[in-house]
Amino acid sequence: MIVPIEHYLILSALLFAIGAGGVIISRNLIIIFMSIELMLNAANLSIIAFSLMHNLMDGHVLVFIVMTVAAAEAAVGLAIIIMVYRKRDTINADKFNLMKR
Amino acid sequence: MEYSLYLIPLFPLVGFLINGLFIGKLNKKFVSFIACGAVGLSFFYSAHLFFELLSLPAEARAIEEILFVWIPSGQFNVNIGFLLDPLSIIMVMVVTGVSFLIHIYSIGYMHDDPGFSRYFTYLNLFVFSMLILVLANNYLLMFVGWEGVGLCSYLLIGFWFEKKSASDAGKKAFIVNRIGDFGFLLGLFIIFWQVGSLDFATVFEKAPAMFAVGGTLITAATLLLFLGATGKSAQIPLFVWLPDAMEGPTPVSALIHAATMVTAGVYMIARSNVLYMMAPTTLAVVAIVGMATAFFAGTIALAQNDIKRVLAYSTVSQLGYMFVACGVAAFGAGIFHLMTHSFFKALLFLGSGSVIHAMAGQQDMRYMGGLKKHLPATYWTFMVGTLAIAGIPLFSGFFSKDEILWKAFSSQYGSTWLWVFGVAAAAMTAFYMFRLVYLTFYGEGRMDSHAKEHLHESPKVMTIPLMLLAVLSIVGGYVGIPHVLGGINYFENFLEPVLHAGQNLPVATHVLTSGSYSTGTELLLMASSVILVLLSIILAWYLYRKNTDLSGKLRTSMSGLHKLLLGKYFVDELYGAVIIRPIVNGSLFLWKIVDVFLIDGLINGLAVVIGDISTGLRTVQTGRLRTYATIFLAGVVVLLLFVLLR
Amino acid sequence: MLLDTVIFYICAIFAVGGAVMMILQRNPVASVMFMIVSLIAQAVLYVQLSALFVGALLIIVYAGAILVLFLFVIMLLNLRGERFEEERPKLGLTTKYGLAIIFFFEIVIIIKQTVFTGSISQSPITVASDFGNVKPVAELLFTKYLFPFELTSILLLVAIVGAVLMAKKENNDKGEQI
Repeated sequence: MIVPIEHYLILSALLFAIGAGGVIISRNLIIIFMSIELMLNAANLSIIAFSLMHNLMDGHVLVFIVMTVAAAEAAVGLAIIIMVYRKRDTINADKFNLMKR
Repeated sequence: MEYSLYLIPLFPLVGFLINGLFIGKLNKKFVSFIACGAVGLSFFYSAHLFFELLSLPAEARAIEEILFVWIPSGQFNVNIGFLLDPLSIIMVMVVTGVSFLIHIYSIGYMHDDPGFSRYFTYLNLFVFSMLILVLANNYLLMFVGWEGVGLCSYLLIGFWFEKKSASDAGKKAFIVNRIGDFGFLLGLFIIFWQVGSLDFATVFEKAPAMFAVGGTLITAATLLLFLGATGKSAQIPLFVWLPDAMEGPTPVSALIHAATMVTAGVYMIARSNVLYMMAPTTLAVVAIVGMATAFFAGTIALAQNDIKRVLAYSTVSQLGYMFVACGVAAFGAGIFHLMTHSFFKALLFLGSGSVIHAMAGQQDMRYMGGLKKHLPATYWTFMVGTLAIAGIPLFSGFFSKDEILWKAFSSQYGSTWLWVFGVAAAAMTAFYMFRLVYLTFYGEGRMDSHAKEHLHESPKVMTIPLMLLAVLSIVGGYVGIPHVLGGINYFENFLEPVLHAGQNLPVATHVLTSGSYSTGTELLLMASSVILVLLSIILAWYLYRKNTDLSGKLRTSMSGLHKLLLGKYFVDELYGAVIIRPIVNGSLFLWKIVDVFLIDGLINGLAVVIGDISTGLRTVQTGRLRTYATIFLAGVVVLLLFVLLR
Repeated sequence: MLLDTVIFYICAIFAVGGAVMMILQRNPVASVMFMIVSLIAQAVLYVQLSALFVGALLIIVYAGAILVLFLFVIMLLNLRGERFEEERPKLGLTTKYGLAIIFFFEIVIIIKQTVFTGSISQSPITVASDFGNVKPVAELLFTKYLFPFELTSILLLVAIVGAVLMAKKENNDKGEQI
């Protein structure tokens, strides 16, 4: 174990920033959604790193729970995408601007 | 013992509710049966209570029954409670009795009116309110009745509201009364502030300890209460509404604007006699205002041509007498005159109503005349009323009016001048009443031929109340024959327990000892006033019967004075120029400049500015998910930057 | 020792590269594939951080189940070749990339400033040999964190019910707008 924890954290930050960028750049709802998953994973990576650093396995439990939440979120989110697609016949996020009216 | 005082006002209330809730659904017979029955029941019940009261010893004749607590609020506690004592039983008897007769009369008078059931609904509501007024055991409940009768007066003056003059008269009455009510309320505030209660019993018991005799506070309180009385009872300066109130149906004029409601002010002052006795300044004001009104209104009545207006000014004048009586601390005499006046004035108004009925709505005496043979029943009863109001001996008005004149002369607070003006007003009363009688019932008929054919005596349902009232106008005075004529003045003895407290104040003890004058003086004064009255009757006979040309000549030779009197001293015009015009102009300024320009401009301007800003800000809301996410991220970046640079 | 560093950098490159390719793809299927690459690389990093159990979960649950669900939806909606007509966005792409990059550097600065200038040393950490194995993590889950663990089951149940309810074909979907 020679790689400093710091590197893992910076990698995690990089992944998180890429996810955030994906959310704001992409038009495709599915890709936006995957970007969110990526951000969750980035957070998980830093949690694992901290867990090792503190020699505590509680972090692993936390990651486990975050994964459960991600799974639930994926299920509900994909259901929403299916419903929206049925109504509007597209998953282009820019088309959904009812809030403007 | 339980007396169930609440039953007295309850009957008219029930009648009002039945007629009011099912208005337009009941036939006329049923409506009139309910209305008259309700008032009749409360009359007979109050007669029963009257005899119950008589069977009690004089000191125990004050029955107070509290129904429930109305406003419990800290120190401020007001009950719905009724007080029956000699003063209120007299008022209740007069109100219910006269109302009952007028209700019956109205069945005939209003028979063809489309607003028949509405009329009886209002009338019952009026009787209810008036009974609340006179039966209340505290000032606030009295005020409720006070406002209630004001409302009914407004509704009934404007009964034929499709006529503009009628609805205007209603508004005028309401607004003028509001000025008086304002004073009344302020008076109540002072009383409550000082005494901490509005119950009659408590106030009169504590007032001598709480107020200094003749002090500023008691004077202010009583003057403000008197302001309320001038509004309700049509005294100077607030009398202007009463003559216009004649726009209402004639039975209403008889009931509300002659017999009952307008006497509320006199009743209120008599009820508050303890307070008034403690404020000699106010008493002087009351006496002077009363006498000025009596004299002033009498002169106006001399020149009026409208039969009801003559009676209206005569009412104002007679009310002035009652206030003179109150002002010289002869409250009993005031109430006595109130009672007899309500008999003969109701009679006169109903008689004039019968005349108007026969003349198909014509009220101008210049187009009447010679009605004696067409309307015999009306003529005879009207004559009785005229003799009573003129103060001819043996009729009721003589006893009560003479009592007042004597008290005005002899009382501690009276003076010779009050007596002089009183007698002059009495002579004028006789003159204009006989002028009215001669113009209406004697001479050649001056109506057109069409109206002549229409002439007919009123139906029995109208003449019988007239006859009953005529009887009352004769015998009503015999309950108060003064000592000097060999009577025992039973009426004032009966009232004595109520007026007892006021008369037992230290300030008042010497008032009663008016025996410094000999009975000879009293008889002399009485005789001189009767002679003056007879002289003025002869003058009226001479001018309007014997030598009718002379009256016309007199009119032209004194055209200035005549115009002044006919124009009622132009008091309405004066009020219009001095009070109403500035208010109207001020209101116009407030409306056009302050409200429309300043306030509306400010508000609208604010709305426009906010609208513009919002339209600008609205473009930020693109409704796009990604834009929001971007702004979110930018916000996070800025926050982190803030954390870093801190 | 060197091996560890080499593995880390290879995995890091794959994780970051997969993520970047994932967000840049037009085709959602390809995007999912790159996401799987990234996830596998991350799983290797988990193992390197001696989190064996969680690393395995990442492969099985994430790559195996969730992303397959994504793929399934993409296939179901037949989205493969959808091209979005270009609409000039209000904020340019450069701005957005710039925002993301600035965000990244800010986090890096924070990491540099806080965590490793504090009391925690940079020295290698010695841990128990079974750290992150299935058994100790399971012990934690079923003892100390039993209640949160059970709560996750309720969360999943709610998610299933919600998803079924929403994705159910409605009987009256005429003209109703979302």
